[in-house]
Amino acid sequence: MSIFKKIMTAIRGGASEIGENIVDANATRIFEQEIRDAEHHLTKAKRDLTGVMAQQMSANREVDRLKREIAEHEGYAMQAMDKGDETLALAVAEKISNLESELSTQQQALDSFSGNADRLKELVKKSERQVAEYKRQLSMVKTTESVQKATSAITDNFSSSNSKLLNAKDSLERIKAKQQKFDDQMKAAELLESEDSDNSLKAQLKAAGIGDSDSSANSVLERLKAKKKS
Amino acid sequence: MNIHKIADHLNALGDNSATGMTFDCQPISGEVDVLQITIAEREELPIFVSVTDDQILCITYLWGEDEVKPETRSSMQESMLEMNIPMPLSSFSKIGDKYVIFGALSISSSFDDIEHELAVLSNNAIEVIDDMSEFLI
Repeated sequence: MSIFKKIMTAIRGGASEIGENIVDANATRIFEQEIRDAEHHLTKAKRDLTGVMAQQMSANREVDRLKREIAEHEGYAMQAMDKGDETLALAVAEKISNLESELSTQQQALDSFSGNADRLKELVKKSERQVAEYKRQLSMVKTTESVQKATSAITDNFSSSNSKLLNAKDSLERIKAKQQKFDDQMKAAELLESEDSDNSLKAQLKAAGIGDSDSSANSVLERLKAKKKS
Repeated sequence: MNIHKIADHLNALGDNSATGMTFDCQPISGEVDVLQITIAEREELPIFVSVTDDQILCITYLWGEDEVKPETRSSMQESMLEMNIPMPLSSFSKIGDKYVIFGALSISSSFDDIEHELAVLSNNAIEVIDDMSEFLI
Protein backbone atom coordinates (compact mmCIF):
# COMPACT_ATOMS: atom_id res chain seq x y z
CA MET A 1 0.00 0.00 0.00
CA SER A 2 1.34 3.43 -0.88
CA ILE A 3 2.17 5.88 1.91
CA PHE A 4 -0.50 8.26 0.59
CA LYS A 5 -3.17 5.57 0.82
CA LYS A 6 -1.91 4.49 4.27
CA ILE A 7 -2.17 8.02 5.65
CA MET A 8 -5.58 8.50 4.05
CA THR A 9 -6.88 5.23 5.51
CA ALA A 10 -5.46 6.00 8.95
CA ILE A 11 -7.03 9.49 9.03
CA ARG A 12 -10.40 8.22 7.80
CA GLY A 13 -10.22 5.40 10.32
CA GLY A 14 -10.00 7.93 13.13
CA ALA A 15 -6.30 7.60 13.89
CA SER A 16 -6.36 11.38 14.09
CA GLU A 17 -7.34 10.92 17.73
CA ILE A 18 -4.81 12.63 19.94
CA GLY A 19 -1.95 10.40 21.01
CA GLU A 20 -2.40 7.88 18.26
CA ASN A 21 0.20 7.75 15.53
CA ILE A 22 -0.55 7.46 11.84
CA VAL A 23 2.40 5.20 11.22
CA ASP A 24 4.04 3.75 14.26
CA ALA A 25 7.13 5.66 15.36
CA ASN A 26 9.33 2.59 15.10
CA ALA A 27 8.34 2.10 11.46
CA THR A 28 9.23 5.73 10.75
CA ARG A 29 12.66 5.24 12.31
CA ILE A 30 13.23 2.09 10.26
CA PHE A 31 12.17 3.98 7.14
CA GLU A 32 14.61 6.80 7.96
CA GLN A 33 17.36 4.22 8.46
CA GLU A 34 16.52 2.68 5.09
CA ILE A 35 16.86 6.05 3.43
CA ARG A 36 20.23 6.62 5.09
CA ASP A 37 21.36 3.13 3.95
CA ALA A 38 20.20 3.83 0.42
CA GLU A 39 22.09 7.14 0.44
CA HIS A 40 25.17 5.33 1.74
CA HIS A 41 24.94 2.76 -1.06
CA LEU A 42 24.50 5.55 -3.53
CA THR A 43 27.70 7.23 -2.38
CA LYS A 44 29.54 3.91 -2.69
CA ALA A 45 28.09 3.26 -6.16
CA LYS A 46 29.25 6.72 -7.26
CA ARG A 47 32.76 6.00 -5.97
CA ASP A 48 32.78 2.63 -7.78
CA LEU A 49 31.60 4.35 -10.92
CA THR A 50 34.49 6.82 -10.75
CA GLY A 51 36.95 3.90 -10.47
CA VAL A 52 35.41 1.98 -13.38
CA MET A 53 35.36 5.11 -15.55
CA ALA A 54 39.06 5.67 -14.84
CA GLN A 55 39.80 2.05 -15.87
CA GLN A 56 37.64 2.54 -18.96
CA MET A 57 39.63 5.63 -19.99
CA SER A 58 42.95 3.89 -19.45
CA ALA A 59 41.84 0.81 -21.47
CA ASN A 60 40.64 3.15 -24.18
CA ARG A 61 44.05 4.83 -24.37
CA GLU A 62 45.76 1.42 -24.49
CA VAL A 63 43.50 0.26 -27.36
CA ASP A 64 44.30 3.44 -29.29
CA ARG A 65 47.99 3.00 -28.72
CA LEU A 66 47.92 -0.65 -29.91
CA LYS A 67 45.94 0.29 -33.02
CA ARG A 68 48.46 3.01 -33.85
CA GLU A 69 51.36 0.60 -33.32
CA ILE A 70 49.77 -2.08 -35.50
CA ALA A 71 49.25 0.42 -38.33
CA GLU A 72 52.83 1.58 -37.90
CA HIS A 73 54.21 -1.98 -38.09
CA GLU A 74 52.04 -2.81 -41.06
CA GLY A 75 53.81 0.05 -42.81
CA TYR A 76 57.20 -1.39 -41.82
CA ALA A 77 56.25 -4.88 -43.13
CA MET A 78 55.21 -3.36 -46.47
CA GLN A 79 58.48 -1.51 -46.72
CA ALA A 80 60.47 -4.68 -45.93
CA MET A 81 58.52 -6.60 -48.59
CA ASP A 82 59.15 -3.76 -51.07
CA LYS A 83 62.84 -4.21 -50.40
CA GLY A 84 62.48 -7.99 -50.89
CA ASP A 85 63.56 -8.70 -47.31
CA GLU A 86 61.16 -11.56 -46.52
CA THR A 87 62.88 -12.47 -43.24
CA LEU A 88 62.51 -8.96 -41.87
CA ALA A 89 58.92 -8.80 -43.16
CA LEU A 90 58.16 -12.06 -41.33
CA ALA A 91 59.70 -10.74 -38.09
CA VAL A 92 57.54 -7.60 -38.33
CA ALA A 93 54.47 -9.73 -39.12
CA GLU A 94 55.12 -11.74 -35.97
CA LYS A 95 55.29 -8.54 -33.96
CA ILE A 96 51.98 -7.42 -35.54
CA SER A 97 50.39 -10.73 -34.62
CA ASN A 98 51.50 -10.26 -30.98
CA LEU A 99 50.15 -6.71 -30.98
CA GLU A 100 46.83 -7.91 -32.39
CA SER A 101 46.36 -10.50 -29.70
CA GLU A 102 47.20 -7.83 -27.08
CA LEU A 103 44.69 -5.50 -28.76
CA SER A 104 41.98 -8.14 -28.61
CA THR A 105 42.60 -8.63 -24.88
CA GLN A 106 42.54 -4.87 -24.24
CA GLN A 107 39.42 -4.46 -26.37
CA GLN A 108 37.65 -7.12 -24.32
CA ALA A 109 38.67 -5.35 -21.11
CA LEU A 110 37.45 -2.02 -22.50
CA ASP A 111 34.10 -3.53 -23.50
CA SER A 112 33.72 -5.02 -20.05
CA PHE A 113 34.59 -1.68 -18.31
CA SER A 114 32.20 0.21 -20.59
CA GLY A 115 29.44 -2.28 -19.80
CA ASN A 116 30.10 -1.96 -16.07
CA ALA A 117 30.18 1.84 -16.24
CA ASP A 118 26.85 1.92 -18.09
CA ARG A 119 25.27 -0.44 -15.59
CA LEU A 120 26.58 1.57 -12.64
CA LYS A 121 25.38 4.85 -14.16
CA GLU A 122 21.93 3.35 -14.59
CA LEU A 123 22.01 2.04 -11.01
CA VAL A 124 23.05 5.43 -9.61
CA LYS A 125 20.25 7.16 -11.51
CA LYS A 126 17.71 4.61 -10.32
CA SER A 127 18.93 4.83 -6.71
CA GLU A 128 18.79 8.62 -6.78
CA ARG A 129 15.20 8.53 -7.97
CA GLN A 130 14.38 5.93 -5.33
CA VAL A 131 15.92 7.98 -2.51
CA ALA A 132 14.03 11.11 -3.65
CA GLU A 133 10.81 9.10 -3.68
CA TYR A 134 11.48 7.67 -0.18
CA LYS A 135 12.15 11.18 1.07
CA ARG A 136 8.87 12.46 -0.38
CA GLN A 137 6.98 9.65 1.32
CA LEU A 138 8.78 10.19 4.62
CA SER A 139 7.98 13.89 4.42
CA MET A 140 4.27 13.02 4.10
CA VAL A 141 4.38 10.79 7.17
CA LYS A 142 6.36 13.28 9.23
CA THR A 143 4.15 16.22 8.22
CA THR A 144 1.02 14.28 9.16
CA GLU A 145 2.55 13.42 12.53
CA SER A 146 3.75 16.95 13.08
CA VAL A 147 0.30 18.39 12.35
CA GLN A 148 -1.26 15.90 14.77
CA LYS A 149 1.20 16.76 17.49
CA ALA A 150 0.80 20.47 16.81
CA THR A 151 -2.98 20.07 16.98
CA SER A 152 -2.76 18.33 20.32
CA ALA A 153 -0.41 21.07 21.63
CA ILE A 154 -2.89 23.74 20.46
CA THR A 155 -5.84 21.89 21.98
CA ASP A 156 -4.00 21.42 25.30
CA ASN A 157 -3.08 25.08 25.33
CA PHE A 158 -6.68 26.14 24.81
CA SER A 159 -8.07 23.86 27.49
CA SER A 160 -5.40 24.91 30.01
CA SER A 161 -6.03 28.61 29.40
CA ASN A 162 -9.80 28.05 29.74
CA SER A 163 -10.36 29.79 26.44
CA LYS A 164 -11.76 28.13 23.40
CA LEU A 165 -11.84 28.67 19.70
CA LEU A 166 -14.84 30.82 18.97
CA ASN A 167 -17.57 29.98 16.57
CA ALA A 168 -16.54 31.24 13.11
CA LYS A 169 -19.45 33.63 12.62
CA ASP A 170 -18.97 35.19 16.07
CA SER A 171 -15.26 35.64 15.38
CA LEU A 172 -16.01 37.33 12.09
CA GLU A 173 -18.59 39.64 13.69
CA ARG A 174 -16.15 40.67 16.39
CA ILE A 175 -13.38 41.32 13.87
CA LYS A 176 -15.76 43.31 11.68
CA ALA A 177 -16.95 45.32 14.71
CA LYS A 178 -13.34 46.14 15.56
CA GLN A 179 -12.70 47.12 11.97
CA GLN A 180 -15.85 49.29 12.01
CA LYS A 181 -14.75 50.96 15.24
CA PHE A 182 -11.35 51.62 13.73
CA ASP A 183 -12.93 53.05 10.56
CA ASP A 184 -15.27 55.24 12.64
CA GLN A 185 -12.34 56.56 14.62
CA MET A 186 -10.51 57.33 11.42
CA LYS A 187 -13.56 59.16 10.08
CA ALA A 188 -14.02 61.10 13.30
CA ALA A 189 -10.40 62.10 13.25
CA GLU A 190 -10.74 63.25 9.65
CA LEU A 191 -13.90 65.20 10.48
CA LEU A 192 -12.24 66.87 13.42
CA GLU A 193 -9.29 67.80 11.29
CA SER A 194 -11.50 69.28 8.56
CA GLU A 195 -13.49 71.26 11.16
CA ASP A 196 -10.27 72.59 12.56
CA SER A 197 -9.19 73.71 9.13
CA ASP A 198 -12.68 75.28 8.54
CA ASN A 199 -12.33 77.30 11.69
CA SER A 200 -8.89 78.49 10.89
CA LEU A 201 -10.05 79.49 7.39
CA LYS A 202 -12.93 81.52 8.88
CA ALA A 203 -10.51 83.22 11.21
CA GLN A 204 -8.25 84.14 8.31
CA LEU A 205 -11.20 85.52 6.31
CA LYS A 206 -12.37 87.57 9.27
CA ALA A 207 -8.92 88.99 9.77
CA ALA A 208 -8.94 90.03 6.13
CA GLY A 209 -12.39 91.67 6.60
CA ILE A 210 -14.12 89.16 4.32
CA GLY A 211 -17.32 87.25 5.14
CA ASP A 212 -19.46 87.68 8.26
CA SER A 213 -18.26 90.55 10.37
CA ASP A 214 -19.33 91.25 13.92
CA SER A 215 -22.40 93.38 14.18
CA SER A 216 -21.11 96.74 15.06
CA ALA A 217 -23.10 99.70 16.44
CA ASN A 218 -22.97 101.27 13.00
CA SER A 219 -24.52 98.30 11.28
CA VAL A 220 -27.30 98.13 13.89
CA LEU A 221 -28.03 101.81 13.37
CA GLU A 222 -28.12 101.34 9.60
CA ARG A 223 -30.61 98.54 10.00
CA LEU A 224 -32.87 100.58 12.25
CA LYS A 225 -32.79 103.49 9.82
CA ALA A 226 -33.84 101.22 7.00
CA LYS A 227 -36.73 99.90 9.11
CA LYS A 228 -37.98 103.41 9.92
CA LYS A 229 -38.05 104.41 6.25
CA SER A 230 -40.22 101.50 5.25
CA MET B 1 14.29 28.43 10.09
CA ASN B 2 12.51 27.68 13.37
CA ILE B 3 9.54 29.15 15.21
CA HIS B 4 11.73 31.15 17.59
CA LYS B 5 13.47 32.98 14.76
CA ILE B 6 10.06 33.71 13.22
CA ALA B 7 8.73 34.95 16.58
CA ASP B 8 11.75 37.19 17.18
CA HIS B 9 11.46 38.69 13.73
CA LEU B 10 7.71 39.34 13.87
CA ASN B 11 7.81 40.75 17.41
CA ALA B 12 10.66 43.06 16.43
CA LEU B 13 8.66 44.40 13.49
CA GLY B 14 6.21 46.19 15.80
CA ASP B 15 4.11 48.64 13.81
CA ASN B 16 6.62 48.74 10.97
CA SER B 17 5.56 45.64 9.08
CA ALA B 18 5.40 45.86 5.31
CA THR B 19 1.82 44.54 5.45
CA GLY B 20 0.67 47.15 7.99
CA MET B 21 -0.35 44.35 10.38
CA THR B 22 0.89 44.04 13.94
CA PHE B 23 1.83 40.49 14.90
CA ASP B 24 2.01 39.04 18.39
CA CYS B 25 3.74 35.70 18.80
CA GLN B 26 3.25 33.21 21.58
CA PRO B 27 5.13 29.88 21.50
CA ILE B 28 3.09 26.86 22.61
CA SER B 29 5.17 24.00 23.91
CA GLY B 30 4.37 20.40 23.19
CA GLU B 31 5.84 17.44 21.36
CA VAL B 32 6.10 19.76 18.37
CA ASP B 33 6.81 23.46 18.87
CA VAL B 34 3.96 25.62 17.66
CA LEU B 35 3.88 29.38 17.36
CA GLN B 36 0.54 31.06 17.95
CA ILE B 37 0.45 34.30 16.00
CA THR B 38 -2.30 36.83 16.60
CA ILE B 39 -2.76 39.87 14.42
CA ALA B 40 -3.95 43.07 16.08
CA GLU B 41 -7.73 43.61 15.66
CA ARG B 42 -8.04 39.99 14.47
CA GLU B 43 -7.33 38.18 17.74
CA GLU B 44 -10.25 35.79 17.16
CA LEU B 45 -8.49 34.13 14.23
CA PRO B 46 -4.99 33.16 15.35
CA ILE B 47 -2.51 31.52 12.97
CA PHE B 48 -0.59 28.48 14.17
CA VAL B 49 2.87 27.98 12.69
CA SER B 50 4.93 24.83 12.93
CA VAL B 51 8.19 23.95 11.23
CA THR B 52 9.01 20.46 9.93
CA ASP B 53 12.15 19.11 8.23
CA ASP B 54 11.29 20.59 4.87
CA GLN B 55 8.43 23.03 5.30
CA ILE B 56 6.83 25.78 7.34
CA LEU B 57 3.13 25.20 7.93
CA CYS B 58 0.78 28.07 8.75
CA ILE B 59 -2.72 27.01 9.80
CA THR B 60 -5.86 28.93 10.72
CA TYR B 61 -8.92 27.16 12.10
CA LEU B 62 -12.10 28.18 10.32
CA TRP B 63 -15.02 26.29 11.84
CA GLY B 64 -15.98 22.93 13.28
CA GLU B 65 -18.13 20.29 11.69
CA ASP B 66 -20.81 21.20 14.28
CA GLU B 67 -21.09 24.72 12.82
CA VAL B 68 -21.96 23.44 9.35
CA LYS B 69 -25.61 23.31 8.26
CA PRO B 70 -25.89 19.54 7.62
CA GLU B 71 -27.94 19.93 4.45
CA THR B 72 -25.32 22.21 2.86
CA ARG B 73 -22.28 20.16 3.89
CA SER B 74 -21.49 18.63 0.51
CA SER B 75 -22.02 21.85 -1.44
CA MET B 76 -19.77 23.63 1.07
CA GLN B 77 -17.05 21.03 0.55
CA GLU B 78 -17.43 21.28 -3.21
CA SER B 79 -17.11 25.08 -3.02
CA MET B 80 -13.94 24.65 -0.96
CA LEU B 81 -12.44 22.29 -3.54
CA GLU B 82 -13.34 24.67 -6.33
CA MET B 83 -11.87 27.67 -4.48
CA ASN B 84 -8.60 25.90 -3.61
CA ILE B 85 -6.84 27.04 -6.77
CA PRO B 86 -8.22 30.61 -7.10
CA MET B 87 -7.49 31.41 -3.43
CA PRO B 88 -4.01 32.97 -3.34
CA LEU B 89 -1.32 31.05 -1.42
CA SER B 90 -3.73 29.27 0.94
CA SER B 91 -5.57 25.96 0.63
CA PHE B 92 -8.43 24.33 2.49
CA SER B 93 -7.97 21.28 4.64
CA LYS B 94 -9.51 19.49 7.58
CA ILE B 95 -7.88 18.49 10.85
CA GLY B 96 -10.02 16.20 12.97
CA ASP B 97 -13.49 17.75 12.90
CA LYS B 98 -12.21 21.27 12.14
CA TYR B 99 -12.02 22.88 8.72
CA VAL B 100 -8.85 24.93 8.27
CA ILE B 101 -7.02 26.99 5.71
CA PHE B 102 -3.29 26.69 5.55
CA GLY B 103 -0.24 27.71 3.62
CA ALA B 104 2.97 25.69 3.31
CA LEU B 105 6.28 27.42 2.69
CA SER B 106 9.71 26.05 1.88
CA ILE B 107 12.00 25.83 4.90
CA SER B 108 14.35 28.22 3.09
CA SER B 109 11.75 31.03 2.82
CA SER B 110 12.76 34.55 3.80
CA PHE B 111 11.18 36.51 6.68
CA ASP B 112 9.46 38.71 4.09
CA ASP B 113 7.93 35.61 2.46
CA ILE B 114 6.67 34.42 5.84
CA GLU B 115 5.19 37.80 6.76
CA HIS B 116 3.48 37.99 3.36
CA GLU B 117 2.14 34.45 3.80
CA LEU B 118 0.66 35.27 7.22
CA ALA B 119 -1.00 38.46 5.98
CA VAL B 120 -2.54 36.72 2.97
CA LEU B 121 -3.66 33.77 5.11
CA SER B 122 -5.39 36.10 7.58
CA ASN B 123 -7.13 38.04 4.80
CA ASN B 124 -8.19 34.79 3.13
CA ALA B 125 -9.58 33.41 6.41
CA ILE B 126 -11.76 36.46 7.04
CA GLU B 127 -13.00 36.51 3.48
CA VAL B 128 -13.72 32.78 3.47
CA ILE B 129 -15.80 32.94 6.67
CA ASP B 130 -17.68 35.95 5.33
CA ASP B 131 -18.39 34.42 1.93
CA MET B 132 -19.16 30.91 3.17
CA SER B 133 -21.32 31.93 6.13
CA GLU B 134 -24.37 30.79 4.16
CA PHE B 135 -23.23 27.22 4.87
CA LEU B 136 -22.83 27.86 8.59
CA ILE B 137 -25.30 27.72 11.44
